[in-house]
Amino acid sequence: MNLTLKIWRQKNKQDKGRMETYPVSNISGDMSFLEMLDVLNEQLINDGKEPVAFDHDCREGICGMCSLFINGEAHGPGREITTCQLHMRSFKDGDTIHIEPWRAAAFPVVKDLVTDRSALDRIMNAGGFVSVNTSGNTIDANTIPVPKADADKAFDAATCIGCGACVATCKNASAMLFTSAKVSQLALLPQGKVEAHDRVLNMVHQMDLEGFGNCTNTGACEVECPKGISLENIARMNREYLSASVTGE
Amino acid sequence: MALSALFLLIFLLQHFSINLISVFSADAFNEVSHFMGTNPLVQFVMQPILMFAVVFHFVMGFVLEIQNKKARPQKYAYYKGSANASWMSRNMAISGLFILGFLAIHMWDFWFPEMQYKYIAMNPEDPTRYFGELQHKFGDVWRVLVYCITFVFLGLHLMHGFQSAFQSMGANGSRFTPTIKTIGKWYAIVIPAGFIFIALFHALNGANH
Ligand code: HEM
Ligand code: SF4
Ligand code: FES
Repeated sequence: MNLTLKIWRQKNKQDKGRMETYPVSNISGDMSFLEMLDVLNEQLINDGKEPVAFDHDCREGICGMCSLFINGEAHGPGREITTCQLHMRSFKDGDTIHIEPWRAAAFPVVKDLVTDRSALDRIMNAGGFVSVNTSGNTIDANTIPVPKADADKAFDAATCIGCGACVATCKNASAMLFTSAKVSQLALLPQGKVEAHDRVLNMVHQMDLEGFGNCTNTGACEVECPKGISLENIARMNREYLSASVTGE
Repeated sequence: MALSALFLLIFLLQHFSINLISVFSADAFNEVSHFMGTNPLVQFVMQPILMFAVVFHFVMGFVLEIQNKKARPQKYAYYKGSANASWMSRNMAISGLFILGFLAIHMWDFWFPEMQYKYIAMNPEDPTRYFGELQHKFGDVWRVLVYCITFVFLGLHLMHGFQSAFQSMGANGSRFTPTIKTIGKWYAIVIPAGFIFIALFHALNGANH
């Protein structure tokens, strides 16, 4: 396959940045999208040019590090996959592919396609945990009975890999799907109930401080999420938030 | 936002029911309108609540819209919104703006004259005047046209808004969410289509008189 790539290039945070066009040739349909970018970068290095910076780590859809807004969609045209799981057979010979970084006030561009997603970490730090004393005899979590249905829902929420595609795709750059998955994975379990009120209030507060937008329930996040995190989690967080605001001190 | 929206949904149903009466019986319409226009509970409790809900709803709607625009200062060069969300859900501010524009005309048409008639000119109440006033307004082709276009936008607004309000209130579950979505779709079609029908009915009937 021969393709034309239109890629966002930006030297650093201060640089204004611009879209640049690169041709690539001899791309196999069996390559992943990231391998295709590796081919481009090798070519750029051979030509003595600066390679395109992009995030990646596991390259098997579990770490949440890869990103990229490809042809107008987060993680490209596929469903329930990350960019590293997107194969070039999804494209045709002669296609033009637009590649941009996640765009959100809360995700500043570091370089080219790499953005700083630490805003999501700070939301976690604000309450995405249960406080357990780990010195001495740590109690096995399995000794606390959990209804199977709740355990399944908590696990589904916990499959969120924190990639930020939900923010990137949302027309409001809202982080509600991420935050609600992280609130839900604990709110559904007995261990999480103790700190439930403070958790939801603090995490939502941090989310607002980071400058994410407001959810208007367009549902784009759920469609683009590589892990199929459901909008039910957002409704659960809204419930948790309402009850915490009413009953909390 | 969702609370004011739910209130507006109930109000709209009530408003629709009363308007619908005008199709069947001029006398009954006059009677109900007279009640609504003179009952102190409606006039001095419900009416201020409604006004507050409308103003709150559109002001908050625009505030949210502005904050959301700020949350993405640098736009995408290529953004395929239609790939994952409906037009209705992405353009609530636009459909809302049409409704707001219409509301301004609507207040000018019905509410200001009504306030003038009742509370400023202090006219004695004539319980038979309402139907005639209604029919007179729908005699104007332009007004009917604007009315019909607005209700198409209201339909689009509610096509997303109805179920959205439930989601915002945290009501989402596999048992009842499909039902809410179905009711929402019917509501968003039937109520606006009904308003359009009533307008056309009076426009055409009025022309015969
Ligand atoms: C005065 C003109 C209006 C404007 C400017 C307006 C604007 C908006 C905006 C911008 C939203 C988006 C917020 C969101 O998606 O959560 C919205 C939501 C909504 N609107 Fe309106 N609107 C107007 C009138 C109405 C009316 C008359 C009704 C119903 C009879 C209505 C029902 C709804 C509903 C149900 C929602 C969803 C609320 C939610 O998800 O929390 N709106 N409106
Ligand atoms: S909710 Fe989905 S899209 Fe959002 S961060 Fe988690 S895995 Fe990524
Ligand atoms: S590189 Fe780990 S999910 Fe794509």
